[in-house]
Amino acid sequence: MLNMISEMFPIALMLATPLIITALGGFFSERSGVVNVALDGCMQIGGFTAAAVLVLLSTSGFKGGIWWAIICAVLASTLFVSIHAFASIHMRADQTISGTALNVLASGLTIYLCEIIFNQERTNSYSMSEVFSRVSIPVLKDIPVIGKLFFTNNYPYTYVAFILVVIVWFAAYKTSFGLRLRSCGEFPQASASMGVNVAKERWIGVLLSGALSGLGGAFLVLSTDTQFTGASVHGLGFVAIATLIFGKWNPWGILGAGILFGFAQTLSYYVSGTAIPQEVMSMVPYLTTILVIILTSGKQVGPKASGEIYDPSKR
Amino acid sequence: MKKYKASTISLIAVLIGFLLASLLLLVTGRNPVNMFIAILRAMIGFDLTHPEKGVNILYPLNWLLNSMPVILTGLSVAFAYRTGMFNIGGEGQFIVGALACTFVAFYVPLPAGIHTVACVLAGGLAGALWAFLPGFLKAMRNINEVVICIMLNYTALYLNTFMIRNVLPININTLHETVKFPETVSLGSLNFGTASKFNWGFVFVIIALLLYWFIIEKTSFGFSLRATGFNKEGARYAGMSTTKNTVLSMMIAGAFVGVAGAIVTIGVYGYGRIFDAFDNYGFDGISVALIGACKTSGILFGGLLIGLLKSATTTLQRMGMTKSITNLIQACILILIAIQYGIVLVLNMINSKKDKKVKEDA
Repeated sequence: MLNMISEMFPIALMLATPLIITALGGFFSERSGVVNVALDGCMQIGGFTAAAVLVLLSTSGFKGGIWWAIICAVLASTLFVSIHAFASIHMRADQTISGTALNVLASGLTIYLCEIIFNQERTNSYSMSEVFSRVSIPVLKDIPVIGKLFFTNNYPYTYVAFILVVIVWFAAYKTSFGLRLRSCGEFPQASASMGVNVAKERWIGVLLSGALSGLGGAFLVLSTDTQFTGASVHGLGFVAIATLIFGKWNPWGILGAGILFGFAQTLSYYVSGTAIPQEVMSMVPYLTTILVIILTSGKQVGPKASGEIYDPSKR
Repeated sequence: MKKYKASTISLIAVLIGFLLASLLLLVTGRNPVNMFIAILRAMIGFDLTHPEKGVNILYPLNWLLNSMPVILTGLSVAFAYRTGMFNIGGEGQFIVGALACTFVAFYVPLPAGIHTVACVLAGGLAGALWAFLPGFLKAMRNINEVVICIMLNYTALYLNTFMIRNVLPININTLHETVKFPETVSLGSLNFGTASKFNWGFVFVIIALLLYWFIIEKTSFGFSLRATGFNKEGARYAGMSTTKNTVLSMMIAGAFVGVAGAIVTIGVYGYGRIFDAFDNYGFDGISVALIGACKTSGILFGGLLIGLLKSATTTLQRMGMTKSITNLIQACILILIAIQYGIVLVLNMINSKKDKKVKEDA
């Protein structure tokens, strides 16, 4: 049993990584007071950009294209999400509608660009030698139990996710920047009265959510696939939102929730050959999400003003 | 600030949406004129590049056929939206509607006619039940319906695959669909001698449109639904059961989509099938409802517009354009409707300039 768990851990962490990073993006956005349903679309943009840039660079003989792939993914997704920021901060848009619009746009745009660039409904594949392979961290991997579970044989992306959790936690709870940003998600009128520029803080929150979810999407495609297709993201952006909710809008909670959802997805890989039908196991991550949200509901711990249109004249 | 009619704003959004998509085509080196030629062809079958061929009734029939399900999903999204809910679970409700319809088609033997109606009603019922959970959780525990709906979409997708592979009579040649429905299940054919699959399913769409209009605009139940959507606390204070309203509204919304799933399954396919991916009817419904500003006539118009885009995809592909361009048009329209406040601002600016000019001229 213990053996099986330690065997499952690297896969679970691989699947948890994009969820955690994207949910951290959602954390910034919601804490600043803007609900970002477009996380899914941002992941698609990030995943597409990463795969496309990597393929294009490596076919032109450029080495180390993966760094540019990741950087471009983050930039593209940040640019993309600025539509949502503009709509929800300056245009009083219903944030769910504008987010949904961006999701439709992302799925159309990525496939459209694939058709333009690659003449098919997906990107070409890149070779596995172009992307990072699994590594263990020296010293840390020798810690009993924890070392074996968390620091052995993982993609570098996973370690990035761990580091990001710490950085996000520090930025949000230990700096004045974090305090200002969070205040805009709780009671923006009060923040404004203290001289905080609510629109600016919300822009920062939404742009960070775009950057991080673009990174999450890039990591998702680079670690689990060899190309970007219309099914690469398959609603994981929404699972990331669920991760955020289950993690109680807190970076450490997001880490735990992400790993749990990673495990739920891993289970479906482990049932082939057993009596449980594969379709049933494919449902597990989604059903777990629903169950977990039901179990953790009731206590409202989310940002109070999240999703509300900021009206300076309201009290 | 002047108020504008919802239809004005929708029309402007649609026009600018097409304009933006044309720009995008230009930027990526494609000819946007071809897009409009394809859309005109999808509408009346008139091909501008071969005008001698004249119109072809196959195309308008296919346009209507494609509009039927999206009008229903549009009604669904609109119904939930009027009560303050966002039904993004249409994909799942559509699939369970199709699944329930398939079950009744095979396992509930009934005489012709009645059997078809039973299949469609079963689809509606399944859609309603599938929408119960998000509505219930929203009403009782204030859980965001968007996330629950999306999770249920994927659950439905896999549930359907499981049922078709393991329970229903599968077509052993393809292993991807059931065998043909019995002859008692059929929506007939209204193809006027063409190859179109247009069928009597449109009767259900008209009934749904009338029901929507009647419930929302003419009954006290509809009034209390709208009140719940407008101000939940106010509605509760006025003695309305907002909990019951939320759940019922979601279920009625789900029923509309379930019916869509059933009529597409019977009318277009004639067998139950495995969904490799979502058909997108549920998501299209969001566009339809928003373009139509949740009004009955608006939804009819929005449904015909999105149906036209859907039926234009094959023509677009044949003309060497990518079919995802229709997705892009839809997304542009949606974004513009989301930022309609901006449209109003611009309209005001134009009008105030006009006013000034009029004053100066005087």
